[in-house]
Amino acid sequence: MSASTNAVIPRVLKSHESDLIAEWMREQMSVFSRSTSKVKEADLRHQTSEFLNLLQVATEGGATDINSADFSRVRDMLSDLSRTRSISGFSPSETAAFVFSLKRPLFSWLQKEMDRDAEGLATVTWAATELLDKLGLYTMEVYQKTRDQVIARQQEELLELSTPVVKLWDGILALPMIGTLDSARTQVVMESLLQRIVETGAAVAIIDITGVPTVDTLTAQHLLKTVTAARLMGADCIISGIRPQIAQTIVHLGVDLGAVTTKATLADAFRRALEMTGQRATVTAPRA
Amino acid sequence: MDRIPILRLRDLLLVTIQVDMHDRLAMQLQDELTARISETGARGVLIDISSLDIVDSFIGRMIANIAAMARVLDAQTVVVGMQPAVAITLVELGLTLPGVRTALNVDKGMMLLGSEAGRAPTKMERDADGTH
Repeated sequence: MSASTNAVIPRVLKSHESDLIAEWMREQMSVFSRSTSKVKEADLRHQTSEFLNLLQVATEGGATDINSADFSRVRDMLSDLSRTRSISGFSPSETAAFVFSLKRPLFSWLQKEMDRDAEGLATVTWAATELLDKLGLYTMEVYQKTRDQVIARQQEELLELSTPVVKLWDGILALPMIGTLDSARTQVVMESLLQRIVETGAAVAIIDITGVPTVDTLTAQHLLKTVTAARLMGADCIISGIRPQIAQTIVHLGVDLGAVTTKATLADAFRRALEMTGQRATVTAPRA
Repeated sequence: MDRIPILRLRDLLLVTIQVDMHDRLAMQLQDELTARISETGARGVLIDISSLDIVDSFIGRMIANIAAMARVLDAQTVVVGMQPAVAITLVELGLTLPGVRTALNVDKGMMLLGSEAGRAPTKMERDADGTH
């Protein structure tokens, strides 16, 4: 690329700034007109002019690599924009549209600028396409990364939320399990249960699986492991909340729960746990 | 060289493992413990592994073996104070120690053995104690 064509882009950006902003704004607003107005026109105008400004400064030195230091402010600005849009629920195409909708106005102005120089126009168009494509891809990368972070954080939160160990009575713990049991979750469940057994010195732990939608061989094996580990530490386990379908599944799968005490409901399990720890609850006349 | 002390408490033997268990130490413990059981005619053996935080399959099997041997010599064995990490490791190794009784701590282990040392003091003893 010759030095003269190299300088065309920043020159056009500078000399036709207000026209570019106006046309680009129109392009962008057409993207958003169909969806709900998530974006305020004033904000968009501000972002638009800021981006053009930064891009003009960045390309002035003739840099074409968007990972270079010249582009650092452009990258920062795009990251911010992409992150904000990702968090406020913009779709990927709406996010990408910010950069890609600049193409049409920019190309038409480049064409006017190069007027009769067909070869020069081809070169400069190619350079501009490449540059905008890279910037667009960068925007999408940040968008995706932000989404991934959100998913990872939610997974972690879910993991913590779904494994509470409750103290029901002196020496009796309960672990209400909710959701599908996979290996990672069972490991967390097992660890937190055993840790609580040590802390509270509980003799009986009730694992309630009312909230577990399906039980397969793997889940059953995980449950058995938890029960065995608790027994090794000196605490007995009761499994409660086994629904009729799950009872059938367990028998059909040939899983042997013979060594484990099972009860239909948490209430039954609690009564058994009281017996095991030598305690009892008595019924008295209700207070008026 | 490390040695695991075996304490006699009335008709019980109390073993507290406080050092890193290596294979030779485990073998030595097995020898000494069986000898002490037959010597003293102990009714129960209490093995406290609360400070043991690393186990391998050999140590796991050794614990099961010691319990089985003690049972042959007519002494009940209770393993107490197993750490969560140790319990998980043993289960993952497939060592579920089927014949071994377990308890959370020494106190509960004593209760389980139902020995003199473990039962609640009688009224007479409490009075003699002078603290009540």
